[in-house]
Amino acid sequence: MKIAIPVDEKDMGTKVCVSFGRTPYFLIYDTETKKSTFLDNSAAASAGGAGIKAAQTIADNEINALLTPRCGENASGLLKDAGIRIFKTINVQAQDNIDDFIAGKLSLLNEIHAGFHGHGGN
Amino acid sequence: MRIAVLSGKGGTGKTLVSVNLAATAKMSIYIDCDVEEPNGYLFFKPEDVQEEAISVKIPKVDNELCNGCRKCIGFCKFNALAYIKDKLIVFDEVCHSCSGCVMLCPEKALSEKEKIIGRVQKGTSDQVAVYTGILNVGEASGIPVIKKLLVENKLKADKHTFIDCPPGSACTVIESIKDADYCILVAEPTLFGVHNLNMVYELVRLFGKQYGVILNKCLEEENPAEKFCLEKNIKILGRIPFDTELGTLNSNAEIAVRKSEKYLDMFSLLLEAVTREV
Ligand code: SF4
Ligand code: SF4
Repeated sequence: MKIAIPVDEKDMGTKVCVSFGRTPYFLIYDTETKKSTFLDNSAAASAGGAGIKAAQTIADNEINALLTPRCGENASGLLKDAGIRIFKTINVQAQDNIDDFIAGKLSLLNEIHAGFHGHGGN
Repeated sequence: MRIAVLSGKGGTGKTLVSVNLAATAKMSIYIDCDVEEPNGYLFFKPEDVQEEAISVKIPKVDNELCNGCRKCIGFCKFNALAYIKDKLIVFDEVCHSCSGCVMLCPEKALSEKEKIIGRVQKGTSDQVAVYTGILNVGEASGIPVIKKLLVENKLKADKHTFIDCPPGSACTVIESIKDADYCILVAEPTLFGVHNLNMVYELVRLFGKQYGVILNKCLEEENPAEKFCLEKNIKILGRIPFDTELGTLNSNAEIAVRKSEKYLDMFSLLLEAVTREV
């Protein structure tokens, strides 16, 4: 299965990015091949609706699970429609979250914030 | 004459100034363009209120016709569209109603539907015509409501028209001052007040508007906003003292000039100072 994490840098030592919609990159990790790749987030510089665009990117890349600290309402709705499950990160480092996810320690993200509609939302 | 009243943030006294100037001018028009939080009507308590709904056009998809080419998604700079599981999804409250996607869809899968985003109210309070714009919560943009308010009043430029602008310097403020003949900037006597004043000062200069400052909540002590005006050579139209009586009237949503001669005199002088400038 493929998991995605919003991250600050294109490096395995990277931290998780606090924003899903405006993260610069996504770390994509394949649990079967144990391979990692990085994906640019084209939504990062959007004027609005960044979460929607980022969710589209995640859905288009056939991701099965997203690990993120937060996620807006519009984006989470789309991800749900696409059959992607959202888990809440508990560690600062991306790698630690991958390990904890595989160990079954992450729980589903249930607080969904309403987003900042209109100007500069994510 | 159309006079816009601005401030860099809420709570500076923008509504106090516009409401009292409009009431002082008597035969005037007051337009509340602060559509996310209009409160001028609380002061005027207008009568014979008429209301009109404001709607915008939002794309509607026919998924039978849509082939998933995603041209519309690529075009929408507000990211109001997504294509998930062979279905195009429109996020109504993110859409800015530009109609672009509808025009460019090669399959004619998109059409337009009306969506109500707010309303405008018109009433009277003594001789003041009071217009209020109200944007529904969660809507993307107040611009259509503001446009409606201002277009409606374009022909009546013979009366003094006071435009109570939204706080800050966002696109709704720009829309509100576009056709104004003069801009009043309301400033508080603090360092933070100077920062807010500077924001609207740069905006009115950018748009080549005539402008002047009213210093609100003035105390005896040094006033950083006044200092800023002197340094930048900005016209000071007048000063409103920090005064508990005025504060109480204002927080009880009373129009000070209708309650006391003292304030009527004060705002008459301010109104004179403004009309002299235009
Ligand atoms: S442009 Fe038209 S056909 Fe293409 S995805 Fe959008 S709605 Fe569908
Ligand atoms: S009308 Fe304009 S803003 Fe609305 S979805 Fe279409 S392209 Fe985006």
